[in-house]
Amino acid sequence: MSTTAIRPPQRKREVIEQAVIRFAGDSGDGMQITGSQFTNTVALYGNDLATFPDYPAEIRAPAGTLPGVSGFQVHFSSSDVYTPGDSVDVLIAMNPAALKMNLADLKPNGILIVNLDDFGETDLRKAQMTVNPLEDHSLDGYRLFPVELTKLTRAALKELGLDNKSVDRCKNFFALGMCYWLYNRSMETTLRWIESKFKSKPTIVNANRMAMQAGYSYCEATEAFQISYEIPPAKLSPGVYRNISGNVALAMGLVAASVKAGIPIFLGSYPITPASDILHELSNYKDFGVITFQAEDEIAAITSAIGASYAGALGVTTTSGPGMALKTEALGLAVAVELPLVVCNIQRGGPSTGLPTKTEQADLLQALYGRNSEAPIPVLAPSSSGDCFWIAVEACRIAIKYMVPVIILSDGYLANGAEPWPVPSVEDLPEIPVHFETNPENFQPYRRNPETLARPWAIPGTPGLEHRIGGLEKQDVTGNINYEPLNHERMVRLRAEKVAAIVQDVPDAVAEGDDSGDLLIVGWGSTRGPITAALQTQRAKGHRIGHVHLRHLNPLPKNLGEILGRYDKILVPEMNMGQLVMVLRAKYLVDAQGYNKIQGKPFKQSEIERKIDELLD
Amino acid sequence: MTTATLPVQTKKDFQTDQEIRWCPGCGDYAILSAVQSVFPELGIPREKFVVISGIGCSSRFPYYMNTFGFHTIHGRAPAVATGLKVARPDLEVWVATGDGDSLSIGGNHTIHMLRRNVGLKVLMFNNRIYGLTKGQFSPTSEAGKKTKSTPFGSLDRPFHPLSLAIGAEATFVARSVDVFQQHLKDTLKKAAAHKGSAYIEILQNCNIFNDHAWETITEKDARSEHVVQLEHGKPLIFGKNRDKGIRLNALELEVVSLGNGFDEKDLLVHDEHDPRPAYAYLLSQMELRPGFPTPIGVLRSWENIPCYEDVVAAQIQDVQARRGKGDLAKLLRAGDTWEVESL
Repeated sequence: MSTTAIRPPQRKREVIEQAVIRFAGDSGDGMQITGSQFTNTVALYGNDLATFPDYPAEIRAPAGTLPGVSGFQVHFSSSDVYTPGDSVDVLIAMNPAALKMNLADLKPNGILIVNLDDFGETDLRKAQMTVNPLEDHSLDGYRLFPVELTKLTRAALKELGLDNKSVDRCKNFFALGMCYWLYNRSMETTLRWIESKFKSKPTIVNANRMAMQAGYSYCEATEAFQISYEIPPAKLSPGVYRNISGNVALAMGLVAASVKAGIPIFLGSYPITPASDILHELSNYKDFGVITFQAEDEIAAITSAIGASYAGALGVTTTSGPGMALKTEALGLAVAVELPLVVCNIQRGGPSTGLPTKTEQADLLQALYGRNSEAPIPVLAPSSSGDCFWIAVEACRIAIKYMVPVIILSDGYLANGAEPWPVPSVEDLPEIPVHFETNPENFQPYRRNPETLARPWAIPGTPGLEHRIGGLEKQDVTGNINYEPLNHERMVRLRAEKVAAIVQDVPDAVAEGDDSGDLLIVGWGSTRGPITAALQTQRAKGHRIGHVHLRHLNPLPKNLGEILGRYDKILVPEMNMGQLVMVLRAKYLVDAQGYNKIQGKPFKQSEIERKIDELLD
Repeated sequence: MTTATLPVQTKKDFQTDQEIRWCPGCGDYAILSAVQSVFPELGIPREKFVVISGIGCSSRFPYYMNTFGFHTIHGRAPAVATGLKVARPDLEVWVATGDGDSLSIGGNHTIHMLRRNVGLKVLMFNNRIYGLTKGQFSPTSEAGKKTKSTPFGSLDRPFHPLSLAIGAEATFVARSVDVFQQHLKDTLKKAAAHKGSAYIEILQNCNIFNDHAWETITEKDARSEHVVQLEHGKPLIFGKNRDKGIRLNALELEVVSLGNGFDEKDLLVHDEHDPRPAYAYLLSQMELRPGFPTPIGVLRSWENIPCYEDVVAAQIQDVQARRGKGDLAKLLRAGDTWEVESL
């Protein structure tokens, strides 16, 4: 069917720059799928975008209750998008609980679509509401569209003869169809997805397709909406794009690095939210020779990866904070035996089990210092979902070049959030040379490359290179066990110097915005979006503000201290209690101030703007 | 092919120049000597051997073997070795561990390695004590044992390592003794020939913290009364005069005296390939009952169970055969993409 139907001339079609939509419903309502489908459609149309999936830790909290609410927010635009949006233009609330949990973020006069069929007395009670908000004028400040989503979906699908439960599962596609009409989008991408996803179940393909088309036609026919919107494609740099989430990008980056290095990836991993998707992704890349090992625990996950690196593969382990804590001792071993290893910590709220599905960046000090004794490890942090790809490639390159474990600090927001990503060509990727030592003449397992201080990678099976390594302190050069005081100090210093030497590969920091002035904002990780957006509005007001976003957290760029000195004030927004700020204050003796949010949610642009106002006005 | 061109290797080729730091008189010396004798006889080039260990006295083992070696962290040797073996199935990987390392801190890795049937040969030195930390009870110490950490006696019920291995679906389970050199060497060779995980409990004497722990087994005069040697296809007979045997009576083992109405054909004939899971388990629990000897030898050897590294490799080959080898350029552009034209 044609999805660009000609609409009656009396209805207005307004071209706007951007919009933010949030789909909110019960965990079982398919909100994540609905949001992802809308995202893919607007991405393929050419809008810039950012997403924020927000779902509960419970797989299925009791239906209709407040803890069971799952949401997916998409910000799409014809200009650059940095954040998923502080507030939303359109809220789709599938039940009273979803309305209650999300209404505060809907803009005044915003569009509110609710499923009228789910606002009965029981539904209200489950959401702990005593009055029906559809009847008490509390929603008068919004453009309210109560739609009988359940009844209309059932009517649309009645000829299929499916049971009500299966039919009701399609109502999210009815809502999605409405949104496609509202923003003048083709349903083609989603139709293709439905066909491939349910290809073995033709009835389900039909059901979802018919529900979506019914939603679209409903808007068309009922004239409920007197206006629809159009958001033209963004002016992105020329090239091929795809929509990508952080975890998918990270997995692809690891595979790309493995191809460039010419050695297989061995992933040792234990499932943990929000890192498991990397395991799922990589387990599907067996055609690239990727070995995925779902270990018995977090410790086996990392130690098996160390064993694989010892064997000459590229050992990788993926986890989140609690798993990182369990891997600590093995990280020390990797430092001592000086083997390549890539450790990905997809941070989430803590301590302990904390907020498994919510984002945080409070594992920085753990990554930098959280091991017994002196055990320095390079730390990298991606600053956007797409950047997870490049950080993964860089982590692998450093691990191999310097014979060192490397920690990647991503977070739940980057991992699950998505953005349009310019697809690189293979030639854009850095070379990752691998040299396995083969020459037995004068071989010493701890003789170092003078430039990188890396020891040779001498893998088992190489004649004449038989040697022993381990966690006990080693004699410099020979690697034999050695407990002498001065040798120990020398080895501690050598391991630290080796990590410090990586600075030669760390690009100088560049301040975006003003290169000197009133305020420097220093960020790392997923705060890049809101800081960038806030910087633009605040500089437009005449403030002289710069922004440095650190991708390398150890070692830090060598010119960072000099940049810090060029501004009157330094602000460090972090989703923790002030970890990077502590490092900067200690290392550079500057009066940097923290701005901290520990709510399991990313910063809003407006929050950073307000903080800047506070500092500069 | 490899064996044809292999230079003759000797025990000396497997000795290192490192000073051995076990206590004089330790049972570990005998185990080291047996392994150094057996490796050159396996027809495998020295550089293909890797010895992986955890922490503890036994785990110093790799430093004294002139092969590739990795002294890892407490309890984790099976996991490190799994990663190594899966990444490089061509290597001959042996794990040296002890009763604390393998059954206490590393118990989880031990059972999962065994159920996966990773092609690793595990030498578990059982001295029923913590030696390197200077004398606390271990998971195999007998209940009531007085040690530094249990001055009034240990309250723990001990593990029986071979029962545990059998419960974890191990495909090769054996026991030998540090001082029974020929038996130990034969057992090591059988383990080497096994495809999949081989778990060998080696009863080892710690003469400093738990001397005489295995005396009833190793003492020359008592040995024949207290040990039954399991030999595939042969009846279970023991005793100084080989006058006692073990038969199966319903679901129990029973010691009988030969000649008193019983002869060899009434006895249990050992079948290390017996597919019934209970058979090896019965053997592994035998010595706990009064009047029963301790079995040594191979309790179970299940062949034809795929080893983990092989199925991992086969799955990759299978996917590559169906999809072709991965193409990075295609991967990067996989899924829905769109092109922004230059203006």
